[in-house]
Amino acid sequence: MVLFAPLAVWAAEAGYRLDKSPHDPRDLVSLQAGARTFVNYCQGCHGMQYMRFNRLTDLGLSEAQIRDNLMFSADKVGETMRTAMPSKEAKAWFGVAPPDLSVIARSRGADWLYTYLRTFYRDSKTASGWNNAVFPNVGMPHALWTLQGEQALEAAVVKDLAGHERVQYKWSQVSAGALTPVEYDALARDLVNFLAYVGEPAANERKAIGIVALFVLGLLFILAYLLKLEFWKDVK
Amino acid sequence: MSARLAALWNWFDSRMPSVAEQWRLHASEYYAPKNFNFWYFFGSLAMLVLVIQIVSGIFLTMNYKPDAALAFGSVEYIMRDVPGGWILRYIHSTGASAFFIVVYLHMFRGMLYGSYKQPRELVWIFGVLIYLTLMGEAFFGYLLPWGQMSYWGAQVIVNLFGTVPFIGPDLSLWIRGDYVISDATLNRFFALHVIAFPLVLLGLVVAHILALHDVGSNNPDGVEIKKHKDANGHPLDGIPFHPYYTVKDMVGAVVFLAIFCFIMFFVPEVGGYFLEYNNFIPADPLKTPQHIAPVWYFTPYYSILRAVPPLFNSQFPGVLAMGVGTLILFFLPWLDRSPVKSIRYRGAYYKSALAVFVVVFLILGYLGTESTTVWGQFGFDAFFLDTKDIATWAARVCTVIYFAFFILMPWYTARDEVKPVPDRVTS
Repeated sequence: MVLFAPLAVWAAEAGYRLDKSPHDPRDLVSLQAGARTFVNYCQGCHGMQYMRFNRLTDLGLSEAQIRDNLMFSADKVGETMRTAMPSKEAKAWFGVAPPDLSVIARSRGADWLYTYLRTFYRDSKTASGWNNAVFPNVGMPHALWTLQGEQALEAAVVKDLAGHERVQYKWSQVSAGALTPVEYDALARDLVNFLAYVGEPAANERKAIGIVALFVLGLLFILAYLLKLEFWKDVK
Repeated sequence: MSARLAALWNWFDSRMPSVAEQWRLHASEYYAPKNFNFWYFFGSLAMLVLVIQIVSGIFLTMNYKPDAALAFGSVEYIMRDVPGGWILRYIHSTGASAFFIVVYLHMFRGMLYGSYKQPRELVWIFGVLIYLTLMGEAFFGYLLPWGQMSYWGAQVIVNLFGTVPFIGPDLSLWIRGDYVISDATLNRFFALHVIAFPLVLLGLVVAHILALHDVGSNNPDGVEIKKHKDANGHPLDGIPFHPYYTVKDMVGAVVFLAIFCFIMFFVPEVGGYFLEYNNFIPADPLKTPQHIAPVWYFTPYYSILRAVPPLFNSQFPGVLAMGVGTLILFFLPWLDRSPVKSIRYRGAYYKSALAVFVVVFLILGYLGTESTTVWGQFGFDAFFLDTKDIATWAARVCTVIYFAFFILMPWYTARDEVKPVPDRVTS
C-alpha cells in the first residue's frame, strides 16, 4: 500500500469517485438489518441523539422487539439512541469525538456513506492503522473490519489519453473477513438505508402526503380555472 | 338565514362603514387594467408567500429554541417529534426561497413594462425597500437552524460590515453583540427575524399597495387606463379587481401551490440550493468549512463582492459594490429616460440591454454558488492577472455589465428608437 501524503490531499480535493448507493427506503427488511448493524457495530461510539428508539416502529418492529433486540444503551423505549461513550474521552482516544449520526445522511449523502463504509484500508502511517479513500486520514478505525476483512489500496498517478494526470486506485484483499465482498456490500447498503431513514424519518410519509396534496391541488385547479372562465366571459 | 345575515351585516356596517368602504376602494371598485398577463401573478403570489411564512413561522416558534446549545436540536425535534413539524419546517424553508423567486419575477415584471416610471416611482421605492427588508429577514432567519452554513454564512456577512472604514470593527461588534457569532447573536437575530423585520415588512407592503392603488396599476401596454373613462367615471379598459382578478389570481395561486407542494414534499432540499447539505452539521466555531456559500438568492451580490479586487488590503470596495448594486435599484425611475413604458414599444437598445442584464444576473448568481476555481484557470500569465481563476474574471466582466446596465441607462434609453404607443390597451 503506497499512499503518499500529497496524494491523500489530492484525492480529497479531486474526490474519490463515489459509488451509487443502492438503498431502498421502502425495504423494511433492509432497514431492520441496518438498525441491527448500527446498534451492534456503530452505537458503541456514535449516538443518534435526536432519534427515539420507539420511532423504529416505523420499520415494522413492535416496541417489545425493539426493547429485546436493539436497546443496549437505554432503559425506556421513548429514549433517544445515544451512545454510551463519553465524548470527552472519545476525543482523547480518537483525536476527534465521533460525530452524532442523526442527520449524517443529510450532510454527507447516501452515496458518500456507502462508499466510505466500503473503502477502509490498512495504513501503517496513521494512529489507528486504518485509512479511508473518501475521507483521507480519518480518525475512525474500520469498525466493520471483522466482517469485511483487511484491504490494501495502491494509488498511482497516471496520465490519461488526453494527457491529464489523475489518480488510479488499485484495491487488494489482505485478509478475508467473515463476509464475502457481496455480503459486505449488502450490509453496507442496509446500514446506509438505515442512516438515510434516521436522517429524515418522515421521508416516506412526506412523499405519500405529497401525492395526495398534488391530487387535491389538481382538482382545485380545474375548479378555479372554470370559475375564472365563467367570470371572465363578459370581459371583451 | 340570509335575511338574518343581512341584518347582522347592516348592524355592523352602520357602526363601522369604513370596512365596506375599504373593500370597495381596494377590491370591488378598484379598477385594474383588463390586459394583465402571466407576469402579473407575482404580486399577489408574493402576498400569499408572506402569509404562508408568517403562519408557518408562528407555529415554528412554538417549538424552536433560540439558544446556541439547543437551537440545532430543537429544529430536529420539530422534524421528528412535533406532529406535523416537518411539514411546518419544509413550508418555511421552501417559502423562503419561493419568496425570492416570486419577488425577483415581480421586479422583472416592473422592468419589462416600465412599472416604476412616472407616476409609480413611490410604488417602486416601497418595493425596493421590501426587497431589502426581505434580504435582512432571510439573513437573520438563516442563522436560526444553527448549522455550519448558518454560522459561517453569518460570520462572513457580519464581517463585511467590519470592512467599513473607521467604524467597521465597532459596527460588526455591535451587530453580533459579541466578538464572534454566538448565543447573543442568535438571540438578537431571532428577535429581529420574528418581530422587527416582519413588522417592517407588513408596513411596507401596506404602503406599497396604498401607493399603487392611489395611482392605479400599470399594464403590459404601459398605457394609462384612467385617460379613457365611461359615463360612470370608470376606466374603459379597467375591470373591478374583485371578482375578476381575485378569481384569476386564485388560478395562479393554485398552480403556484402545486409547484410549492411538489418541492416541499418531494425535493425539499432542491439539490442543496434550498437547504444546504452542510447546514445539517451543527455549528462549530472551531471548524471553518472549506467552501462557504450563501443561499442562492444572495449569490448574485455575493459574486459581485468576490469579483471586486481588494484595495489597500481592504475588502471594502467589494462590500461597497455589493451595497451600491442593490441600492442603485432605487434610482431606476430616474435613470430610465425612455418616453414609453412597456417593452412592447421600446427599441432594440433597451430590449437587448435588459436581455443581457438578465443573463448577467443569472451568471453572477450561478458563480456565487460555486468556488472561484469552478471554470479552471487561464493557461497564460500577464502582469494584470492578479488571479488566474477564469470564474473570477467572468464575474468581473458580469459585474461591470451589471452596473453599466444602470449607469448607461439614461444614455441608451434616451436614444432608443421607440414605437408609437396605442391609445388604449391592445389585448
